[in-house]
Amino acid sequence: MTAPAVALKAVGHVYPARKKSPAREALKAVSFEVAAGEIFGVLGPNGGGKSTLFKILSTALRPSSGAAEVFGLDVIKDAGAVRRRLGVVFQSPSLDAKLTVRENMEQQGRLYGVRGAELAKRVAEGLERYGLASRADDYAGALSGGQKRRVELAKSLLHRPDLILLDEPSTGLDPGARRDLWDHLKDLRAARSSTILLTTHYMDEAENCSRLILLDEGRLAAQGTPAALKSEIGGDVIAIESADPAGLGARIKERFGVSPAQVDGVLRIERESGHAFIPQVVEAFPGEIRSVSLSKPTLEDVFMHRTGHRFWVKEEEAHKA
Amino acid sequence: MNFLLAVASLWEREMKRFFRDRARVVGAIAPPVLFWFLIGSGLGPKVLQYYFSGTLVLIVLFTAVFATISIIDDRKEGFLQSVLVSPAPRLAVVMGKVLGAATVGFVEGLCFLVFARAVGLPAGLMDYLWAVLVLALCALGLTGIGFCIAWSMESTQGFHAVMNLFLIPLWMLSGALFPAATAPVWLRWVMRVNPVTYAVVGLQEALSPMRAGGAAFASLSSCLIVLAGFSAAILAFSAWLAGTAAAG
Repeated sequence: MTAPAVALKAVGHVYPARKKSPAREALKAVSFEVAAGEIFGVLGPNGGGKSTLFKILSTALRPSSGAAEVFGLDVIKDAGAVRRRLGVVFQSPSLDAKLTVRENMEQQGRLYGVRGAELAKRVAEGLERYGLASRADDYAGALSGGQKRRVELAKSLLHRPDLILLDEPSTGLDPGARRDLWDHLKDLRAARSSTILLTTHYMDEAENCSRLILLDEGRLAAQGTPAALKSEIGGDVIAIESADPAGLGARIKERFGVSPAQVDGVLRIERESGHAFIPQVVEAFPGEIRSVSLSKPTLEDVFMHRTGHRFWVKEEEAHKA
Repeated sequence: MNFLLAVASLWEREMKRFFRDRARVVGAIAPPVLFWFLIGSGLGPKVLQYYFSGTLVLIVLFTAVFATISIIDDRKEGFLQSVLVSPAPRLAVVMGKVLGAATVGFVEGLCFLVFARAVGLPAGLMDYLWAVLVLALCALGLTGIGFCIAWSMESTQGFHAVMNLFLIPLWMLSGALFPAATAPVWLRWVMRVNPVTYAVVGLQEALSPMRAGGAAFASLSSCLIVLAGFSAAILAFSAWLAGTAAAG
């Protein structure tokens, strides 16, 4: 039996206290496995522990407890061997703005022991595949955000890694560039049967993963395929837009005995047989409803269901803190 | 081989970054030369000659040490992170940066060294070769100091503070401005433990053995031994520093 691409065994991490901040437990006994060939998502709000988990897997940070393995190799004891099999794309850009795109790629390739004619060939291939050939001799600093991300991806693949780690790959990209990136990721998985692990706080991005975990406050809140996670909620989600959402919400509660949650001025009701409930509401409050939609539960609903709080509220609090 | 490949690659990056930035190329060499010219012109040709070696070291200090500041930017911009998760050994990462910054300082120093004869220093071919060797070791040692400081710094402003409070005084107390012979006893002790002294005195010995005024202080060969020992020690310390920080 071959080892899984990634195996975490009760991994925990505590950032020690510093001058201005107390000790912080960022990860709490997280265990999961990623099989070879998966596109695996780590979904969670900012401050949920994604970055800490990412740093541990990329060998940039030693976990304070537990063990993390990549293809059966321990990330601390066998760091050298792990590093050779990893392609890492950090969230913060790692390009040298004062070098050209080609030079950036060559630099990275050499750090992984690729050189000479082989290096030149692989760089040319990467530039071609990621639509960067015409920018090859421009300084990296002059590229757009989407192009920079493509260079990051291309250079992390030069040494043909078995496992590709991407930290928030879509952050800061416009929708076109995001779609583009995902096409490339799916391509990679199909063409090279690479394993991909990425962190994200975008629900729609997590939907694209073959399997994912939800991280909340350093805890593993749930894991499974997007479909399996959503199916555990059951029922439908009804969203109602109104000029007076608070008033309408109160009247719906009075009339039907369900209390709608108000999310960004939109009333949300989770219940069975939504299709039957909608006509009743619309007839009961004529003129008050601007629009009604019916949908299957999303991963955001799963998150709320599992953690008891909203996904984005946590981030607002994190920003205040 | 992969070790050397990584060192060479990171070294090449330092070269490109420096020589593509004209402001840095000129900015590192112009201020020391200007100080030398202004102070020396006011005090006469003897001082112009004496101060020549000190100026050389100051050029190396400005160039090589400032080149190591880029570690702080590398860390901020994420470049360093991607290097540290690559299989390149820590020592290779340190060597690439230090050798790169040292080369830059060395080359700028050479540009000034060629004028030694023009200011009347009686330097022959052998003297030049010795001076070049001192210059190389000086660049390596000073860059090592710069690396150790920059590695633990979070901002470039902090680095400038250390530069002004620590590195410039080290240079002032190196025999660059006045010879050890005329200094009070306590200062002479400071100068004796200051590694920069051996670079300045070494250059003075090589370029004008008769008139150095430091002749009684240390011979050229002992200067070379001290500089070589110091450079090796500071490189080893840098590698250790980079190893612990990356593991933490």
